[in-house]
Amino acid sequence: MADIITLDDVSVVFESDGRPVEAVSHATVHVEEGEIFGIVGFSGAGKSTLVRTINLLERPTSGHVIIDGRDVTALRGAALRELRSGIGFVFQSFNLIDNVTVAQNIAFALKAAHVPKARRRARIEELLRLVGLEEKIDSYPSQLSGGQKQRVSIARALANHPRILLCDEATSALDLETTEEILALLKRINAELGVTIVFITHQFDVAKAIFDHVAVMEHGVIVEQGTTFDVFGSPRHETTRALVERYLGVAIPKQLVPQLPSGRLIELRYKDEGAFEPLISDVSRRFEVSINVLHGNVGYFGTQAIGTLVVLVSARQEGQRGAFVVQAAIDELTSRVADARELSVALNDDIGASVDAIFADDADGVDGTDTSAHTAGAHHGNAHKEVLA
Amino acid sequence: MNDTIEILKENLGQALWDTFTMVGIATLVGVAFGTALAILLFLTQHQLFTPNRIVNEVVGFVVNAIRSMPFLILLVVLIPLIQLMIGDPYTPTGGAIALSVAAIPFFARVAESAFQEVDDGLIEAAISTGAPVRQIIFDAVFPQALPAFIRGIVLTVISLLGYSAMVGTIGAGGIGDLAIQYGYNRYETGVLVAVVLLLIVVVQLIQWIGDRIALKVTH
Repeated sequence: MADIITLDDVSVVFESDGRPVEAVSHATVHVEEGEIFGIVGFSGAGKSTLVRTINLLERPTSGHVIIDGRDVTALRGAALRELRSGIGFVFQSFNLIDNVTVAQNIAFALKAAHVPKARRRARIEELLRLVGLEEKIDSYPSQLSGGQKQRVSIARALANHPRILLCDEATSALDLETTEEILALLKRINAELGVTIVFITHQFDVAKAIFDHVAVMEHGVIVEQGTTFDVFGSPRHETTRALVERYLGVAIPKQLVPQLPSGRLIELRYKDEGAFEPLISDVSRRFEVSINVLHGNVGYFGTQAIGTLVVLVSARQEGQRGAFVVQAAIDELTSRVADARELSVALNDDIGASVDAIFADDADGVDGTDTSAHTAGAHHGNAHKEVLA
Repeated sequence: MNDTIEILKENLGQALWDTFTMVGIATLVGVAFGTALAILLFLTQHQLFTPNRIVNEVVGFVVNAIRSMPFLILLVVLIPLIQLMIGDPYTPTGGAIALSVAAIPFFARVAESAFQEVDDGLIEAAISTGAPVRQIIFDAVFPQALPAFIRGIVLTVISLLGYSAMVGTIGAGGIGDLAIQYGYNRYETGVLVAVVLLLIVVVQLIQWIGDRIALKVTH
């Protein structure tokens, strides 16, 4: 499909204390019509600045912003305002006018697009029906919950039938349940109205739930981009790995460690229809090794799945031969999954010292999946090394 | 005591009216022109609008220069100018002009700070709708700043009420004039006390009304 947005070699340089700071550096992004495109990265990565160049809230220092095949980088005045009225923007902090009603907040956008007064009320009602807030039309923002405020700001952003909706951390100020509601609403808007969405977030859960394509940003640079499944399924860059780790990462309760047999700890990552059980049993039979599954986790990206399995591979016999067999088994495992790495912990010698870096600090890692994954991710991010490139 | 009541009966009505018109006119002029200046300062200072350091600093300098003068001195400086404008500066009209000159830069800063309290995010959201600057100022920034703006008007009115007493000292009328002429020059302490009590009540009343309105527009 054709690109609706192209950011061509865009850089944004700020002046800070008299020194130039490059908030965005040579970013090139292609957003297809009708998709949900995500930009992820930790805070301060330049995501917000980049997304603001799309409606020229931030003017690129160099490079081009191309919307619908038209270079809009140099637009000013009325032409720029017209472009903006065709691009909705949803913010993390809602940014509603507190002292006017919901209806007046939406009317602001309609007025900006010269919609006659007489036609505004009907459109406002229609928009509020779309976001499920008809009864709040004459309420003030302070009377609404966070999720409701965000619905109003989505309604405002959609007021003038935009083909593009930009969302800057639109769910980051919301609780989990409300986040899901807002994401469902955005998905529906994308599917039913065909609105192309560019969504930036630091929340991995959000990213994997709705993005078709994703770009990963760090220090103003796009370090990786592609389909969400490919990027998160086999992350190449450190930042992507770190983001994925926080979500899929492993944690094994420390108390468990002394009880483990000696061996090498391998993290396997498989995509989609990676048939796992046969692999484990197959390898352990063929290579005369024991494979203990210590941790398992499956994350869903839309309809596709990415699984993580941490296994302990140990030899059934001692000595040189045993080590060799273990290596062969690991090679075999590695060759049959999407991604694998060895977690750098020597289980058979100095457990106490090296283990801290990778294992969960406390007992909340017992369930091994969700809660522990978040706490442990940061720790072992640096501790592991790859088995194979 | 009888003298006091007699003096008040004869002069208080006129004095109150003079003060009321002087402060009223100065407030209207101050809010109108002060708001205009505040918008200019706000737009030329704000990164999201039309930052222009030169305009901002020149206007800011003039505003500060007038504000840095104690009102009594400003008043003396203005007398020749007022004389040129209306002939006799020692009238309520002359007083209103002097008060207006003081009110404009005073309210400009008050309104500017009210505008600056508006969150940048809200302005970004307004800009993102494609709205022109005029609409952003009047339909987004202004309603958001309205409570602070109203509190600023109250602050201005009360300050002007104080200044109006000084206008009285040069004979331009008002309750300040009454207090000086009778209370001070003729040792009618009763008049002085009455004026002081009256001022306390009026200031309380203005504050109370202002707070009520500010609360009503805060949502």
